[in-house]
Amino acid sequence: MIWHAESELPALDLIVLPGGFAYGDYLRAGAMAAHSPVMREVVARARAGTPVLAICNGFQIAAEAGLLPGALVPNAGLKFVCRDVHLRVESSASVFTGRYQRGQVIRLPIAHHEGNYHADGDRLKALLDNDQVAFRYAMPCGEVCDESNPNGSIGNIAGVFNETKTVLGMMPHPERLADARLGGSDGSAMFEALAAALA
Amino acid sequence: MTEVTPEIVAAHGLSDEEYARVREILGRAPNITELGIFSVMWSEHCSYKSSKTWLKRLPTEAPWVIRGPGENAGVVDIGDGQVAVFKMESHNHPSFIEPYQGAATGVGGILRDVFTMGARPVASLNALRFGGPDHPRTRHLLAGVVGGIGDYGNCVGVPTVGGECTFHPGYNGNILVNAMTVGVAPKDRIFYSAAAGVGNAVVYVGSKTGRDGIHGATMASAEFDADSEAKRPTVQVGDPFTEKLLIEACLELMATDAIVAIQDMGAAGLTCSSVEMAAKGGVGIELDLDAVPLRESAMTPYEIMLSESQERMLMVLRRGGEAAAREVFEKWELDFAVIGAITDTGRMVLRANGAPVADVPIAALVEQAPVYERPWTAPPPPAELDAADVPAPESLGACLKRLLASPDLCCKRWVWEQYDHMVMADTVQRPGGDAAVVRVHGTNKGLALTTDCTPRYCAADPETGGAQAVAEAWRNLTAAGARPLAVTDCLNFGNPEKPRVMGQFVGCVEGLAAACRALDFPVVSGNVSFYNETEGRAIPPTPAIGAVGLIADLDRMATPALAAAGETLVLIGETRGHLGASLYAREIAGREAGAPPTVDLEAERRNGDFVRRLIEAGRLRVCHDVSDGGLLVAVAEMALAGGVGATLTPPVDGPPAHAWLFGEDQARYLIAAPVDAASAIVAEARAAGVPAEAVGRTGGDALTVSGDHPISLGELRAAHEGWLPTYMADG
Repeated sequence: MIWHAESELPALDLIVLPGGFAYGDYLRAGAMAAHSPVMREVVARARAGTPVLAICNGFQIAAEAGLLPGALVPNAGLKFVCRDVHLRVESSASVFTGRYQRGQVIRLPIAHHEGNYHADGDRLKALLDNDQVAFRYAMPCGEVCDESNPNGSIGNIAGVFNETKTVLGMMPHPERLADARLGGSDGSAMFEALAAALA
Repeated sequence: MTEVTPEIVAAHGLSDEEYARVREILGRAPNITELGIFSVMWSEHCSYKSSKTWLKRLPTEAPWVIRGPGENAGVVDIGDGQVAVFKMESHNHPSFIEPYQGAATGVGGILRDVFTMGARPVASLNALRFGGPDHPRTRHLLAGVVGGIGDYGNCVGVPTVGGECTFHPGYNGNILVNAMTVGVAPKDRIFYSAAAGVGNAVVYVGSKTGRDGIHGATMASAEFDADSEAKRPTVQVGDPFTEKLLIEACLELMATDAIVAIQDMGAAGLTCSSVEMAAKGGVGIELDLDAVPLRESAMTPYEIMLSESQERMLMVLRRGGEAAAREVFEKWELDFAVIGAITDTGRMVLRANGAPVADVPIAALVEQAPVYERPWTAPPPPAELDAADVPAPESLGACLKRLLASPDLCCKRWVWEQYDHMVMADTVQRPGGDAAVVRVHGTNKGLALTTDCTPRYCAADPETGGAQAVAEAWRNLTAAGARPLAVTDCLNFGNPEKPRVMGQFVGCVEGLAAACRALDFPVVSGNVSFYNETEGRAIPPTPAIGAVGLIADLDRMATPALAAAGETLVLIGETRGHLGASLYAREIAGREAGAPPTVDLEAERRNGDFVRRLIEAGRLRVCHDVSDGGLLVAVAEMALAGGVGATLTPPVDGPPAHAWLFGEDQARYLIAAPVDAASAIVAEARAAGVPAEAVGRTGGDALTVSGDHPISLGELRAAHEGWLPTYMADG
């Protein structure tokens, strides 16, 4: 754990921007945290190729900091939503998703108020052309449709990569279902993949 | 300074006798600041003046109880050098006036009660009562309360894992918002509130003090009238991020030896915290109000002492500990101010602008607080409602669907999906079952948590209703396989100055006491909320029970979800088909009548201990408490939770089918086990004097009562899950 006011980081194999409510998110989720001193160095490391896994509030911060394309706006239902969702894996070509199969459906929880992913036309097209979508909200059978979209995200996008797939931002929480005791372990493969890739 | 006139005394809620006693204690007339201090300390909310004599009847001790009532929260031993710290508290009056902030600050307050004692909060629950769904304010209040609870708890990062949410026109003018928090601490690092050490610094930490919430405690000690909206300025405003910082800063400082005593500033703010800390320690206290961090300019001593601004704590530090403590709080960007010192005078002396502005003897202020033996009348015994007088439904299926879609029994997913119930990644059983189960971090043991009360039983017969609330909480913990440890109670009633209301309170407390004693389930914390009354109409008596149990090995736990087809359903406990005060009588027959079911505490104990032993032995994994709505509703809930259907076979020589299916007899559990295991369980139960009978089989994708049409689980689920979101969307 690194304090928000730090301006230097030690040598790191992986940076995780975890979930939470940085600065209370009273303004716009992630807007203030993106300007905290430590984020300058996080951005520099990410640009230099250090993998960054940004989950939930971490994704919001990473998007605000310009590490990832697009923005996260309030859920279409205007309420906080905490529930398990199904995700279709869109790309396994990354250090994060290498142990999932493209097209595989996994179950992870979401817990957010501002997880409605948005990107404008050109940016969205670039994202698709460049295979930067990591996960989409789907039905258990894998169908991606309005019914499986919990927050109004464009194209049901639940997670995106940067252009080099070294930064992953995702609203669902892989760390919350990585233990059968808690009702599922579909998140484990992400941490196993990271451990193997970074060892 | 404002002159203290009879009108001002009356506006502070002090009676003539009480004011005379203030004068006698001081040997003179109080100034306005002192009057304010006496008025909040002697308010019903802070002094328990109407309830004190009755609360003494509640059992509070057991070998595993480390600290009972009287501290910020109760403390029980959970083994391995760890304790669970918990309390439930009401925030009813503010939540009715301003539902979002009222509920949010209720959560903030109960969290502080728990981390004040050195415990990291690990779970929150709540018990919510709203007016009838048809009442024009109900949607607004429900949306606001749930939003407030969710936003505060979610931001602080403590999972909200369970609770209750029911509706009745009796709450149209006074909703109930009862919030509970549970924390875990090392047994050798529990912090208390008794001040000590003459010369030690009194330190203020947290947020700055503003004018919000002045006289909140007094507001919570009076009935509402048509002008209750005008009380909006007495509702505080929450800042959950500051609360999160305060949790981390306090726990960081608590790892050192700097703190002598600590208390949060809740109701009656700086007044109550400083007076209680000094009184418990038998010391005096001097405060320099010029040193209090203020958010607004030109605040008077009166306003500073009575403000209920949130996210503030008061500490007494060991001499020499100040610098280290200041460093911790400044790191977390919180205010830290030495505002006074502990003295040996036994008096509270306040100074502002260098001059004394109040001087009150603390022991007299606390010990001579009024205590009332309020007159009370026993409620008339309700007439028994004979099952034969309650008509059978035309269609069992339609009847079950109506019950599952009724406001009290419908799925509350719309509520708990707005709460982050998984943050911290230890929620083993999520909302919607009998008890929520939260793993004790880093161990294989779990805390089972529940809140319970059946107000319609309490209204019909307070004593039985009080006992039933405790029994149901005990049963919900047992059904998960937990050993019930202790309870916290939140006693919500109308105006205690009315003998009828006081009679309800007395009856409920007698019932609680009897059940807690019989079940070895002591009360370790709680609060009383009187004056839940608007324009002369009191709420139904509602003694909400929050309870904590321990699951020693999470591999041996039960859930209500049917797990497999082809298993036998076994009903544990005796079924007489009691329909009095049942949901069937109210929702289907349209009658709110009859006595509640008998609570046989010996049977509760025997049946519950039997079931728990099976779970602890690893022989039983599917178990559900049978309560609201009776057996058929219990089966439906188990089937929906597991996605496995079931067939029930009513006995040939039992009560009428509808009484057997919908009666709410107590001390019952429905369990499912493979055929041979179930036969063995039935035989063992009978040998142990525990009624047990096979009542059906699991399997299929429908629910069937032998001889009737099957109802598909899809249809039941649509009814069960549909009502609340549809209701809220219609607003």
